Amino acid sequence: MSAAMTYNDCERRQISAADLTAVATDCIAAGMRFQMAWHDWEEGVCVVRYLISQGNRVPFLLLELRTDETLPSLAAVVPLLGWYEREMQDLGGLHFTGHPEPYPLVIHEGFSLPRPALGREGPEGHLSGAYAPPTMPEVRGDQVQDLYWGPIRADVVETGEFHFSYIGEAILHYHPRLFFKHRGMEARFAGQRAEAAVFLAERVSGVGSVGHALAYCQAVESAWSIEVPARAQLLRVILAELERLYNHFHYFGLLAKTTTLKVGSATGFLLEERVKQVAGQLTGSRFLRSLLTVGGLRRNLQAEHLASVLENIIDEGEAYLTRLHQTASHLDRLMGTGILSKEAAFDQGATGPVARASGLDRDLRRDHPYAAYSHLRFNVPVREKGDAMARSEVRADSLREAIALLMQASGRLKAGPVRAEYTVPQGQQEGLGWTETPRGSLYYSVRIRDGRLERVKIKSPSFSNWRVFPLTVHGTNMMDYAINEASFGLTIAGCDR
Amino acid sequence: MPVWTWTGLKAGKAATRWPQRGPDGQEGVLGMPRWDPAACRSDCNTCAAACPTGAITVANGTAVVDYGRCIVCQRCVEDCPEGAMTSSYDWAFGVRRREDLIWTAALDGPEGQQVGKRVARSLRRSLHIRHVDAGSCNGCESEISALDNPFYNLHRLGIFFTPSPRFADLLMVTGPVTAPMREPLLATWEAMPEPRLVLATGTCAVSGAPMDGGYAGGHGLNELLPVDVWLPGCPPNPAALIHALLLLLERMPQRVQGGHYGAG
Repeated sequence: MSAAMTYNDCERRQISAADLTAVATDCIAAGMRFQMAWHDWEEGVCVVRYLISQGNRVPFLLLELRTDETLPSLAAVVPLLGWYEREMQDLGGLHFTGHPEPYPLVIHEGFSLPRPALGREGPEGHLSGAYAPPTMPEVRGDQVQDLYWGPIRADVVETGEFHFSYIGEAILHYHPRLFFKHRGMEARFAGQRAEAAVFLAERVSGVGSVGHALAYCQAVESAWSIEVPARAQLLRVILAELERLYNHFHYFGLLAKTTTLKVGSATGFLLEERVKQVAGQLTGSRFLRSLLTVGGLRRNLQAEHLASVLENIIDEGEAYLTRLHQTASHLDRLMGTGILSKEAAFDQGATGPVARASGLDRDLRRDHPYAAYSHLRFNVPVREKGDAMARSEVRADSLREAIALLMQASGRLKAGPVRAEYTVPQGQQEGLGWTETPRGSLYYSVRIRDGRLERVKIKSPSFSNWRVFPLTVHGTNMMDYAINEASFGLTIAGCDR
Repeated sequence: MPVWTWTGLKAGKAATRWPQRGPDGQEGVLGMPRWDPAACRSDCNTCAAACPTGAITVANGTAVVDYGRCIVCQRCVEDCPEGAMTSSYDWAFGVRRREDLIWTAALDGPEGQQVGKRVARSLRRSLHIRHVDAGSCNGCESEISALDNPFYNLHRLGIFFTPSPRFADLLMVTGPVTAPMREPLLATWEAMPEPRLVLATGTCAVSGAPMDGGYAGGHGLNELLPVDVWLPGCPPNPAALIHALLLLLERMPQRVQGGHYGAG
């Protein structure tokens, strides 16, 4: 271990496996929120890290545990860690004792690898196997029906398999099986030159290209202590908020589609298309790709006139949001649908608009500012009810804030360089990067040795929210399912990686 | 309460009439870089070293460019010291033969493009598509679902998406085909009535790049399904998708031959 090894904005604490449960219990009692957990290997020793938020504008707490491959599960104390532990079990070959749900998650039942993909010795061979049903609680009773829906579903949607046990309209149990799309993205980063791997981050979740690329770049920049020039920081805000804008318009198009509001749906999708066209004209890519790089931007952008370019979209967007908010048939389907309590949102790890609609006032742009966000004014919309209505209201306000941020950032642009000069350091460095994407918090942790990536961990917002979503489905009815799912605004590629 | 029908009527037509006339909606959107071998230096390996997906390789002193692996990242354009790689708007890259995505100096005659099987007359004015996501990053899904937005309004061309493979004429596949998706993908194809067509949509589905070589990524549709049109792009934009669909239906000509754009 060298002295240069450091995680930015983190208080690090070494703990032992024996203390783990007690420390975690103390953190929860102090109101702290676990953000993610991941494993790594350092000179053959397994290291498990837990990233914890201690509060707004306070450094993160990073617990580090050097351990053998078997360690106690925290899932009973910190439920949101359940999926992280199962992922480490599937990909790292770790074993968590006392896990309440020790079943496969990322590597499906029926599939296997010659040795763990992110294990002590690294990947070997190719994932292979044949379909086997997932492990689920058995639901039995008079007139209970089972519906297996997917992995290929109607319409142009992402792949996932959804299991419903229901009587008539009432859903007794719901089990999403994801990770059909698992591409082993974290392992794809390993061995790449750190400054050249942005293209992979842009392809974890296409509609989150900017969020992923920015979090990745910031992780490497902090590992290498690179100062990004002011103009690039503002342009990064512009890219991130344009991504938020088209994603949120898409969200309302899809939500209106599920409430069968045809014109409302078409209007949302048309506004999304118009933002994508602006993105194409501004950057050459409808997904704002191929611009972000370690140290800033690959080339300058002329974004000074963004306000006039977006003028019509902003006016029509505001009129659209107002119309939606006055349409009783639409609102009737959202009110009281898919309620997520504040406790469940906190315990199970909800993030982004989903968490804010359940009363959790968190936004990484404000709480742990990055890029130019600390110089810009914006509000963080919060609602208390936790239903689909609250989620859509949070998105609507967040869309308005995105527009306000775009206006401010483009108005403040001053001439200057957009890319920092740096030399790639030798030895080992580590860094953390994060962004508040349209769907919530996204983290990248990187470990680099002699300029090449050795370990990259990606925590996507949809990984958090897919874990939470089923809690709002149990005990509801089939008619509301599609509306509830649309109100969460999930992606599957980001979750599956 | 708003009267949505009235709002919609008042807004008027949003749809483009492209490709007959009107905008394709892709102003400024970059496509595959163009290669000028005459400007290329034989002892140079810069573009191949910069290319993250192996779309450019150097063998025996000459570069080999496979647009089926290109993800349009523009790194070769940035790094080339001689300006032999230039940015372009060449995104309508759908081709009938996989070989046409690999740059060749000598082009075959126009008959090279006619090898695609003739599409049944009944399909030409009405095509039904079953889409399968075989492990994409969701960029392709975002662009495919954009085809149904009011601007592209795919229905105006007589092309529709259908939930059931039994009613589908075309299988539109995205993603590199991950291991758990191989079986469901083949089952979907089996369930389709003949004649059935396959469109490999996006660079992942064409070649698996950049996911191939990993423990979980596949190699695209090569040797898995009989592909009728290969469409690289990361992701292909909606106009490129429309071009590929109309190429398939023999309603638009192929633009790319032997890696040359506009050669057709």
